[in-house]
Amino acid sequence: MLEIPSISVKDLQEWSKMDEVLTSGHRLCAGCGAGTMARQVTLAAKALGDPIMLVNATGCLEVASTIYPYTAWNAPWVHNAFENAAATASGAIEAMNAMKRKKQMSEKNVNMIVFGGDGGTYDIGIQSLSGAIERGHDFLYVCYNNGAYMNTGIQRSSGTPKYAATTTSPPGSAIPGKVKWIKPLAEIMAAHEIPTYTASPAYHRDLMGKVQAALKVDGPAFMLVDSPCNLGQRYPPDISIETTKLAVKSCFFPLYATYKDEWILTGESAKIAKNPDRKIPVEEYLKLQGRFKHLFLPEWKSKLTEIQEVVDDRWNRLVSKSSC
Amino acid sequence: MVTKVQGMTGDEAVAYAVKLVDPDVVAAYPITPQTIIVERYSDFVNNGEVNTSFIPVESEHSAMSACVGASLTGARVFTATASAGLALMYEILYVASGLRCPIVLAVANRAFSAPINIHGECTDQMVCRDASWVSLFGESAQEAYDETIMSFKIAEHKDVLLPTMFGIEGFIVTHALERVETLTKKQVDDFLPAERTVDNRFCPDEVISFGSLVLQDYYMEIKRQQEEAMQRAYLVTKDVMEEFSELSGRKMEVVEKYKLEDADYAFVSYGATAGNAKAVVNRLREKGEKVGALKIRLHRPFPSLDVYEALTGIKAATILDRSVTFGSPGTIMQNDISTALYGKENVPSLHGYINGLGGRVLTLPEIEEAYEMSKNYNDIGMTSTVDWIGYRK
Repeated sequence: MLEIPSISVKDLQEWSKMDEVLTSGHRLCAGCGAGTMARQVTLAAKALGDPIMLVNATGCLEVASTIYPYTAWNAPWVHNAFENAAATASGAIEAMNAMKRKKQMSEKNVNMIVFGGDGGTYDIGIQSLSGAIERGHDFLYVCYNNGAYMNTGIQRSSGTPKYAATTTSPPGSAIPGKVKWIKPLAEIMAAHEIPTYTASPAYHRDLMGKVQAALKVDGPAFMLVDSPCNLGQRYPPDISIETTKLAVKSCFFPLYATYKDEWILTGESAKIAKNPDRKIPVEEYLKLQGRFKHLFLPEWKSKLTEIQEVVDDRWNRLVSKSSC
Repeated sequence: MVTKVQGMTGDEAVAYAVKLVDPDVVAAYPITPQTIIVERYSDFVNNGEVNTSFIPVESEHSAMSACVGASLTGARVFTATASAGLALMYEILYVASGLRCPIVLAVANRAFSAPINIHGECTDQMVCRDASWVSLFGESAQEAYDETIMSFKIAEHKDVLLPTMFGIEGFIVTHALERVETLTKKQVDDFLPAERTVDNRFCPDEVISFGSLVLQDYYMEIKRQQEEAMQRAYLVTKDVMEEFSELSGRKMEVVEKYKLEDADYAFVSYGATAGNAKAVVNRLREKGEKVGALKIRLHRPFPSLDVYEALTGIKAATILDRSVTFGSPGTIMQNDISTALYGKENVPSLHGYINGLGGRVLTLPEIEEAYEMSKNYNDIGMTSTVDWIGYRK
């Protein structure tokens, strides 16, 4: 179930000849990770050969890619609302299944991919997603977590890291940013007993291999992508990929695949597990981002230690149950 | 015409009618008093009697969301709900109509919380009147059956392509066993062709984006197109009802006129209340009163012309409304009728009566009392009044 194809540079050379699915001209910010992530996901999907269909929850990716009368999507694409992307996909999938049974539609496999941000997935869309997964519809849900409601102006979500500054978790004199840890969404989805993956656009071959593995699954699969956002996480647009790379290297965002009791660390995370010297301090990741700037003031220094301890604890527990 | 008669509750009538339609997708969530519809339909699915994909969603919000996803593929789609469930769908009702999804929705009309109540009241459907859905009310299990089948034809008509809901009052119709004249599968197949003919589908072969962000430069044109579709839906509904009348042998019109030809006074109602209004007309006629009754079957688009024609020459209209709006100049139906008649000659004074909330029974004597009140109001020159009736003062 967790066999992830290895994507070679030669594969990428070959796939780069295909037409892009998310084409140029969209209005995502310069430096946005969502566009990079979406291009990687759709390219890997398209390379499988079967037609792809896309469902998009309300959010940055949706808003910036389809300002009427234009669209950046070179594939069938639908946006319904914020909290219901998975339910929308389930309706489309089952409708096509019925029409195929009734000979109202030709028989062919379709790879259905759903995109939702952290607001649309961790928070308002989690019921719809959990329900659709329980019912077993055949889709890949990709949550691109950029760590806050970036589209509406950087408000905290349950995908926001602890102590991060957002416009609704500002670093005040009494409370230094967001007060709770990130909801363990990948683990919650994995608990539905479906193949679950984490990925970063900085490690595109790892991400694309997981997309292909997920789409070969007969039934739902879930992928959590760390999606850098220079505007909301507050760093210069030219270091987006570097930022998410450091999230992986510091084990703040480990790369893995899991199904039932099987946990496999992949890519850079597997290398770190084999050689712990590769692991960098979490400060290296935090210090690049303005959303953690206040933690480097003398009065909040202890929070950095706390974050490191929790990252280490989560990482150690993940390593202890994983192969690599 | 050989007609088979079966005993069915209103909910069962809907389920059996949907069975004949055999939609591609039924996505639904249970809520009293709609449950029998989805229970019966689940029997049909699990016994292989229909070829529908049944999606037992985890909420009404997801039910309507799945219906939108399904409908955009060009599929024939049905769902059913009531009260809180319809309120939970509300956000996506607008998406369904805005994306021009011809979804059919059966509403087992039920009062809103709080206080929580499971019984009949039409406020749930009435508050959806602005959502660009064609909206019908049914008086009986028979009308539930007939409106189920007609709704698909109205919604899917290429001049309409708007979602369509029809309501039957909780328990009063949904759970009452009645005589229903049924149609054959062949009749329904001829009435509703099987081909899925929608253009611009969400499907693997067409590179189309649905649900784009539309800003100040185009939003209003798209809304205007919905309004024009609504206006066409009025004519299409009339045509569909005429065709259905021929098919079934049961006269079906956007409004039903009962003993109005020579009437000086009229009741106006919709849904199950219309039956009681007609019974009171019979009682009053025996006493020599020249009274008739008008039933509004199609509420959106509002059949202004039909209502005007039916009420021309009437002195006072007693509008029985089993729905509530607070702080309004009239009852919901009264407001529509007032607008339709305003400034016209020879039209009645309008007397709205909010009644029957939360399943409260409105008795025939109470309806007669309302009739007397309307006459008195009219005699002293009051042209528009609103009262609550049938409650402890």
